Amino acid sequence: MMLTMEGVHAHYGHIHALHGIDVEVQVGEIVTLIGANGAGKSTLMMSLFGRPQASAGRIVFDGEDITHLHTHDIARRGIALVPEGRRIFPRMTVLENLQIGAAQADPANYDADIARVYAMFPILQERQSQRAGTLSGGEQQMLAIGRALMSRPKLLLLDEPSLGLAPIYIRRIFQIVRELNRDHGMTILLVEQNANQALKVAHRAYVLQHGEITLSGTGAELLASPEVRAAYLEGGGHA
Amino acid sequence: MAYALQQLINGLTLGSMYGLIAIGYTMVYGIIGMINFAHGDIFMVSAFIAVTAFTLLAAADVTSVPLALTFVLIVSIFFTSAYGWAVERIAYRPLRGSTRLAPLISAIGMSIFLQNAVQLTQGARVKPIPPVIQGGLEVWSTPEFTVQIGWSQLLIIAVTVVMMVGFTWLITQTPFGRQQRSCEQDRTMASLLGINVDRTISFTFMLGASLAAVAGVMVTVYYGVIDFYIGFLAGIKAFTAAVLGGIGSLPGAMLGGLLIGLIESFWSAYLWAEYKDVATFAILVLVLMLRPSGLLGRPEVEKV
Repeated sequence: MMLTMEGVHAHYGHIHALHGIDVEVQVGEIVTLIGANGAGKSTLMMSLFGRPQASAGRIVFDGEDITHLHTHDIARRGIALVPEGRRIFPRMTVLENLQIGAAQADPANYDADIARVYAMFPILQERQSQRAGTLSGGEQQMLAIGRALMSRPKLLLLDEPSLGLAPIYIRRIFQIVRELNRDHGMTILLVEQNANQALKVAHRAYVLQHGEITLSGTGAELLASPEVRAAYLEGGGHA
Repeated sequence: MAYALQQLINGLTLGSMYGLIAIGYTMVYGIIGMINFAHGDIFMVSAFIAVTAFTLLAAADVTSVPLALTFVLIVSIFFTSAYGWAVERIAYRPLRGSTRLAPLISAIGMSIFLQNAVQLTQGARVKPIPPVIQGGLEVWSTPEFTVQIGWSQLLIIAVTVVMMVGFTWLITQTPFGRQQRSCEQDRTMASLLGINVDRTISFTFMLGASLAAVAGVMVTVYYGVIDFYIGFLAGIKAFTAAVLGGIGSLPGAMLGGLLIGLIESFWSAYLWAEYKDVATFAILVLVLMLRPSGLLGRPEVEKV
C-alpha cells in the first residue's frame, strides 16, 4: 500500500473541512478524487503534507505514519505535489524551477531526471533560461509537473491540473498522466473538476462531498453511476 | 574638482558600509516580509565584538595588520551571525503566523534590549581602539587641496566589493541561493518541495548578520571609536538605503547604500554638515512619494 488515510479530520481555522476521510492508494494506481468546488479536495491533498495537520485519524505513507511530520520531511519521503494554480516560482528561470524540484533528490540522478523532463516537455528545454512567470498557463503547468518529477517521487499528487487550460493542453495533461503511470510506473492521486476525463484515466476513484467520501469504486463504475452522472458529468458541463 | 573627488572617495567609503548593512534589511524583508529593526543593533554588537577581538590581539602582542584583520573579521562574523540566528529564533519565529505588527514590535524590543545589554556590560562611554591602519595614498595634489585615499578607505571599498561579488554569486548561482529565493517567492511551495523553510530563514538572518559584522569591523577600523548607540543611526540609514534601492532587491540595497553615502558626504561638504541626516531622510520621503517601490524594486502587484 502506498498511501492510507484512516478517519482523517482536518480544520481550517474554525471550519471543519474533512470529516473522517478514508482513502487508499495502491502502488502503481491512478486514483481520482472528484467533487464540487469547496468539497475539500485541495484540503485533502494539503492535509497529506500536514497543512493543515490532521486533527484526528492517521496518514500512513509507504508503511510509515507521517501524520505529524513537518511538511518538508513529508515531501522528502517521496510525495510530490503539483498544486492548484501551479505555484511555479515566477521570478526564477525555468531551469532554476526544475533545479529547486531536485533540491532534495540524489544529485547523481539529476542529469537523467532533467533529460526525462525535457524529453516529456521539449518546450521547457527551449525556454530553460526564461523567467517562469513569462510562460503561458499551459507551459507553467508543464513546468509544475516537471518540477514535481525532478524529485523522483513515489507518489505524485496532481491538484486540478487541467483547470483554466486550453483544450490542447488538457488533452496533453491527461496523456501525460497515463504515460507516467504506464511507462514509469508512477503512482498518481489526481484531483479534478473535469470528472469525465479524470474517471476515464483512473483505476479507482472517490467522490468527495462536504468533506466526506460519499462514493468510491473503479473509474468505470463511477462513470456509470447515476449519482455521479447527475452531479458531475451531465449537469456540470465539464464533459 | 579635487575637493569633489575627495568627497566621492569619502562617500563611497561610507556608502559601502551602509550597503553592507542594508542587505540584511532587504533579505529579511524579502523572505519574511518584516523590517528587522534590531539589525542596526546587530551591527553595533559586531563592532563591540571587533573591539574586544582587537584588544585581545593587542594583549597577545600581535602586530601583523593583515593577520589581525583576518582574525577580527572571522571572530566578528562568527559571533555576530550567532546573534542574528538567536534574535530570529527568540524574537521572531514564535510570532510567525501572527499579525504583521507583532514581529515589528518584537524587533523594536530586541533593538532596545541589545542596546541596553551592551550599555550595561560594556559601559555607556565611547570605546576607542588604537589606530589599526594609518596613512594613505595621495591621489592628486593641487596647490590648494590634496586628494587622499586612506588605506583604511581602500580596504573598506575593496572588502565591500569582494563581499558583494561573493554574496551575489551565493544568491544567484548556488543551491542555497536558489532555495533562499524560492522561499522568498512562495514559502509554502518551497516546503512542499522538501525545503526546510525555517532553516533557510535562519541562514538568511545569519547571512545578513555576517555582512553587518563586516561593516562593524570596518567602522571600528575607520573611526577607531564606537559606542552602544551607533547601531541606531547606522541602522536607520541602512534601512533608508534599502528602501531607496527598493526593499527586497539586493542590487537595490547596494545601490541605495552607495547613494546615501554619496549624498551624505557631498551634502556635508557643500551645504550644511549639521543637516546631513535631514538630507538623507528628505530623500527617503521624496522617493517614497515619487517611486514607492524604490529605484530597483518591483511594484507590488498581486497576480492571481
